[in-house]
Amino acid sequence: MTPSAAHRRRERSILMPLSPNAPAVSLRSVAITFGSKVGGYTAVQHIDLTASPGEFIAIVGPTGCGKSTLLNASAGLLKPSDGEVEIFGAPLHGLNSRAGYLFQQDALMPWKTALQNVAVALEPKGVSHKEAEAKARDWLRRVGLAAFVDRYPHMLSGGQRKRVALAQMLIRDPEILLMDEPFGPLDAQTRQIMGNLLLDLWAANRKAVLFVTHDLEEAIALADRVVVMSAGPAAGIIGQFPVPLSRPRDIAEVRLEPAFHHIHKEIWASLRTEVQKAYAQGEGASS
Amino acid sequence: MNRLKLILLQVAVGLSFLLLWHALTAYPILAPTRQTQFFFSTPLDVLARVWKEFASGEIWRHLWITLVETLLAFAFGAGGGILFGFLFARRELLAAVFDPYIKAANALPRVVLAPIFALWFGLGIWSKVALGFTLVFFIVFFNVYQGVREVSPVVLANARMLGMNERQLLRHVYWPAALTWMFSSLHTSVGFALVGAVVGEYLGSSAGLGYKIHEAESVFDVTGVFAGMVILSIFVILIDFVVTLIERRLLVWRPAPSTNGQG
Repeated sequence: MTPSAAHRRRERSILMPLSPNAPAVSLRSVAITFGSKVGGYTAVQHIDLTASPGEFIAIVGPTGCGKSTLLNASAGLLKPSDGEVEIFGAPLHGLNSRAGYLFQQDALMPWKTALQNVAVALEPKGVSHKEAEAKARDWLRRVGLAAFVDRYPHMLSGGQRKRVALAQMLIRDPEILLMDEPFGPLDAQTRQIMGNLLLDLWAANRKAVLFVTHDLEEAIALADRVVVMSAGPAAGIIGQFPVPLSRPRDIAEVRLEPAFHHIHKEIWASLRTEVQKAYAQGEGASS
Repeated sequence: MNRLKLILLQVAVGLSFLLLWHALTAYPILAPTRQTQFFFSTPLDVLARVWKEFASGEIWRHLWITLVETLLAFAFGAGGGILFGFLFARRELLAAVFDPYIKAANALPRVVLAPIFALWFGLGIWSKVALGFTLVFFIVFFNVYQGVREVSPVVLANARMLGMNERQLLRHVYWPAALTWMFSSLHTSVGFALVGAVVGEYLGSSAGLGYKIHEAESVFDVTGVFAGMVILSIFVILIDFVVTLIERRLLVWRPAPSTNGQG
């Protein structure tokens, strides 16, 4: 570590947040290789991506292009083999404590009720049990599950479980939201409802969002900026498109606007060849 | 199938077995009744003996001893199994080093240990507790070990992203996962605790159900042996029932096995 970097870090720990201008997430020439550096599988490389505080970024790309890998690197779950990850201007060491993560798979603790699952998220912050439960109740109400607080995850539908997970993430009030195809396993209607719920909650308290999806329409409807990735291996970012749609948006209605079609066409032009490439690769493999 | 019909059929099987037994021992069908009764007793004699045991109050002391041995064997075995299962699951090196020894110890037929335990712990309850312990320990140990190692990586990553430290992970993720596996083996481990107790008593003691059966056997009192077995069965069914109640209470968060096998 250079002296200036060390100094920066020390300063940051005293004055948090460092500066309002520092990007919430900044990936600089990040590469991630699994296995050995030589002969390993390079998932992504030469990734440069910044997310400003309050910015909603959607990352789209063909299956297996390493979209989730980028999120894991931003979360600190995965250490990049090359390049730097900075969170609000400070290099990331270990887990990213300022981020919340919404997983694609079920990540709730199956032995805890909805209420316990949400309340337990405040325990690491040292919130008292009683206060945590009161807040958890309030969050479950906000995601529309007031009547289901005492249900265990297996008694809830897929959409309801995602709502609990959303409440669990948001109750900690993280400054960065990382979402890995969170609505992927849900049916079309539930996805729309969840998308609108997410936009409502986000509009009330804007955080930087990295939202990974394979659904381009979902990406455009939700995001301020759509980042397109190329097909893996060694995937990179091949385009970034600002979404010129006004907010507040309704996921279902925004799709009917001419501007939506325009941007969709533009992004799809760059995405299509990558999807075809990935598909051609997949012909040989199982997926 | 409705419940009533099922119960009727179950009762019918039991009754026909008793009737067959009665017919074969009360009438000289296969052999003279004196001979068959010596070897097989008769259901009525056995029932009368069971009744007498309970009525005279003689059996309660033995039941109590066996129950205490079973509970102690279960408590120590489960406690040790959880502790070591946890430790080994969290310390790869320990598990790898001890792996062959644990497998060898588990492969050993526990009955051969009974005389050693009698030597070490005497003929009182502790030699039986020790025997039950060796049976319960390994069941719980392997289950907890598996449970802790197979915690869903997504649930774990999520808990870590929520900011949980090692202690909180232990409390909210590893511990419940391990307990789940332990409880799923509750029937087996309580059953083995009882087996340990009864076999231990059988091989050398002065009280308990195993002792009662052994005592009757040594004087060729077949009626006494069967009566002891009947009492043992009733005892096992009652314990199993209690275990089912406990299990239902503790695993309330689990989906019903018929709809979804995964917990």
